[in-house]
Amino acid sequence: METYGSHAYPGRLFVVEGVDGSGKSTQIALLRQWLISEGYTVFFSEWNSSPLVKKTTSKGKKKQLLTPTTFSLIHATDFADRTEHDIIPPLKAGAIVLADRYIYTAFARDVARNVDREWVRELYQFAVKPTMAFYYRVPLEVSLNRILTGRTELKYYEAGMDLGLSSDPQESFKLFQERIVCEYESMIDEFGLTVMDATLPIPEQQRRMRKLIRPYLHGVRRMRASAKESAWAGLAREMRPSQAEVVGRTGGL
Amino acid sequence: MTQLDFYGIDAIHLQEREELLPGRLIVLEGTDGVGRSTQLHLLRPWLESSGYAVVDTEMTRSILAGAGLKQAKEGHTLGPITLNLFYATDFVDRFESQIVPALRAGFIVLTDRYIYSLMARALVRGADPRWIRSIYGLALKPDAIFYLKVGIDDLIPRVLQRGGFDYWESGMDMKLGEDLFESFVNYQTQMLEQYEEMTSEYGFQVLDASLPVEQLNEQLKQKFLPLLPHG
Repeated sequence: METYGSHAYPGRLFVVEGVDGSGKSTQIALLRQWLISEGYTVFFSEWNSSPLVKKTTSKGKKKQLLTPTTFSLIHATDFADRTEHDIIPPLKAGAIVLADRYIYTAFARDVARNVDREWVRELYQFAVKPTMAFYYRVPLEVSLNRILTGRTELKYYEAGMDLGLSSDPQESFKLFQERIVCEYESMIDEFGLTVMDATLPIPEQQRRMRKLIRPYLHGVRRMRASAKESAWAGLAREMRPSQAEVVGRTGGL
Repeated sequence: MTQLDFYGIDAIHLQEREELLPGRLIVLEGTDGVGRSTQLHLLRPWLESSGYAVVDTEMTRSILAGAGLKQAKEGHTLGPITLNLFYATDFVDRFESQIVPALRAGFIVLTDRYIYSLMARALVRGADPRWIRSIYGLALKPDAIFYLKVGIDDLIPRVLQRGGFDYWESGMDMKLGEDLFESFVNYQTQMLEQYEEMTSEYGFQVLDASLPVEQLNEQLKQKFLPLLPHG
């Protein structure tokens, strides 16, 4: 079994992290569109989405059967299924895999739930180390405002009610998110997360993200040239007829 | 009293809470079809008739993950890492919601397999030893571990008599042979090697599982007596 850092695949893995309401999903969706338009094969994978594990997770949540440790384990199981199906095979095939939330989400949430920091890191040893992991940093007031506005109900585990921090779900959610932010902040150096300013305008954030990613795209196979490049190539052919003739004469090599 | 002693990190913080566990944690280990459950069915009434409250637990019986795990094993998309973690979820749910509360309440907890079989099956499937050990490091060290040992030649007729070779018990997910029988032999041989390696490391008390049921049961009872409160 290969462990974190020891995998070596031709594909690339980019992940976004951050609290709810940090705008990371918007950014990764925009990134995906761009990569597709550039001609890359893109595979997208979302947190907590394994069809094999789904029923067990929702049963645990609905019936409030989950302790911090089993909450951690069932999410690790879900992530393992995604690693074995949605992450490793496309990476082996040379695709670009994008993940909305990754192991750092588990580290932040589980440790906020008092799961042992070292134990949960060991638990996720099987994960592939991302090419780049972006952390969308946002002041807590902003993210809370984005999440809590217009929402009537927070779910039990989502609000961190199992921690008993407060009997009021909104208050509990705030305290829980505060802990999560602390964990994210401490992981920046530990895992070399790339910090993004999530208060900037959306297009500006996206421009920065693309600029950071571009150097890592070197050598990644494309299904086709990007739309822009095809246009340029056409133009270049028209401008250099002599070269085109040479190619034509030697049989199109 | 079960000591608050762990193989690795006490991830569920039992030490921090200074838990007292007046019960006893007794494990029966051994490979598939070796006769563990037969022995447990004989031990439970014997203990109860002597006045001890008994709780038993076994793999894939957790309220949280038992059904999901069984269902996942029916399909054909379950990968080895996912399977290992599904088993770990099942184990920890039973550990936290059945085993520890029962020990706290002074029960004799009889477990049909513990972390050793789970680690053995993971290791045979290529899991990283450090990884699998660290996950199960949260488990309490039992008061006693009885390993029902059998050779592959004795195991085969038992399994046949019981209804034949099962897909998972034959390690068919790894397809270690041309057919169920070949795969069973190869898989179980590897499993037995894992148990053998664990014997001294984890302090298994080895019993000869090829003995007649009653004779083996008598041996187990003799070994149980000193473990019991006021025994």
